[in-house]
Amino acid sequence: MPSNLDTENQLVKSLTDQFKNKIKTEYVKHNRIKISTNQDNLKSLATSVKELGFEQVISHGGTDYPDNNVFRIEYHIICVSKKKLRSIMFSIMTEISKDTPEIETLIDIFPSAEFHEQETYENFGITFIGHPRMEKLLLPEDWDDIPPLRKDYTLPGRG
Amino acid sequence: MQNSAMNIEDKGGDQLVLHVGPQHPGSGHFRIIVTVDGDYIVGAKPDPGYVHRGAEKMAEYRDYIQNIPHLERPVIIDATGVTLPYVLTAEKIIDVEAPERANYIRMIMAELNRIISHLYWLGIYGIFLGHSTMFMWPMGDRELFIDLAESIGGTRVTFSYVVPGGVRNDMPTNFKERALKTFDYFEKRIEEYKKIFFNNPLMSARTEGIGTLDKKDAIRLGITGSNLRACGIDSDTRKDEPYCLYDNVDFEIPTRKEGDSYARCIVRLEELQQSMNIIKQVLDLIEPGPIKQVIGGVMRGEPGEAFVRTEAARGTMFYHIVSDGEKNPYRVKISVPSFRNLIGMTHLLVGSRLADMPAIYWSLDYWPVEADR
Repeated sequence: MPSNLDTENQLVKSLTDQFKNKIKTEYVKHNRIKISTNQDNLKSLATSVKELGFEQVISHGGTDYPDNNVFRIEYHIICVSKKKLRSIMFSIMTEISKDTPEIETLIDIFPSAEFHEQETYENFGITFIGHPRMEKLLLPEDWDDIPPLRKDYTLPGRG
Repeated sequence: MQNSAMNIEDKGGDQLVLHVGPQHPGSGHFRIIVTVDGDYIVGAKPDPGYVHRGAEKMAEYRDYIQNIPHLERPVIIDATGVTLPYVLTAEKIIDVEAPERANYIRMIMAELNRIISHLYWLGIYGIFLGHSTMFMWPMGDRELFIDLAESIGGTRVTFSYVVPGGVRNDMPTNFKERALKTFDYFEKRIEEYKKIFFNNPLMSARTEGIGTLDKKDAIRLGITGSNLRACGIDSDTRKDEPYCLYDNVDFEIPTRKEGDSYARCIVRLEELQQSMNIIKQVLDLIEPGPIKQVIGGVMRGEPGEAFVRTEAARGTMFYHIVSDGEKNPYRVKISVPSFRNLIGMTHLLVGSRLADMPAIYWSLDYWPVEADR
């Protein structure tokens, strides 16, 4: 589909002007923007993305990369109130070391991320500092195995 | 899942902690722990997870085709609503596109599923409010739409009908005639629903001004679907970021400003009519042609990622698939509308009367199996 990326490029430019080399534009495609940053800048990046008009976390999750010893953490953020931005999904991403799986929560910026972060906590063992309920949400309360979405956890009978 | 009521603070005095579910006849496999002070709810803590099966983990052990029936399980009531976004995401990974006719048939199935899901919700909402006729009627009429979907998909509920590259089989030649006959009947039934239920003073008394969600809160909390539209926001993925061929059809997005339980119900009722309007237009637009792009060998894509959102019956359904070039996806992330709407339940219940809990709970169309995955 031929597309005009003016809105997308404009949004990215306002962030690169502000953050300079602290952020990296992974890609800008039709309706999709993905920006990565380091762990320390994630919160200020999230604040700026919200100021651009993106207001709801539609999805948040992690991915385990054991070869690099990192977890990739992503927030996919959308706008529902402004017609011009509704078609765009804004993704912000960071990587954290598996040795210290801790990161600051974003729920003070995006309250909609509350349950999503809790789910990432139980599935990857990543602690969100400042989240008021770092406790199990979906897993059984007696689950004491490896967090299940880590790659070193294998399904019984499938390993 | 949590361990009993240990997380609820014992406030003493007249306050009482109630566990609603997970064996509640209406709640589904879900518990909500409410603290009541007299007749008023002062604390509500949802406890999902009773039907958590680890669908995301299991998806890493299945290939792109095996994942279709697997990922359908959490939302069998809206089977096309949950498999369509998965297939659209997988198509981006495998780099294949469905032909025009297949896209139109996908839209027919998606809208039929929306009607089937909304009618199920309406039947249960009727019984939640003690109106058994409103349980019987939608459940009976739902069968007509299940028959229509069965004539295309081959089974009553779990169709696994949408596949990468198209759809499994073509629809029957007499489908248009059958569908229009059903719609004619059902459009009259909607008027009867209004007479007996929606315009009923009992229904108004139980739902109007009950569980009112403010527009700003709805945005802040990440509410989606009909619940968001009932707060005056005309956001619908079919219009916001059209997929399949939704930009070729003309339909309205029903909205209400009130944000209460009644508004959420009436928005869903009006969506039934809009879904029928979409199918009617598609049946006029659809041309003969191929229904599937045949993919040889085992499906696998280039290393990379894709994410897609669609409008399922309960709101925006989101899939994120990461591929490492193997036949099984490296990571599948599903963000389902019920899970996102769950946060609204705590918000709405606190400050409400205990007697209003069923009217608020089911007005959000929360589907525990979908939320738990």
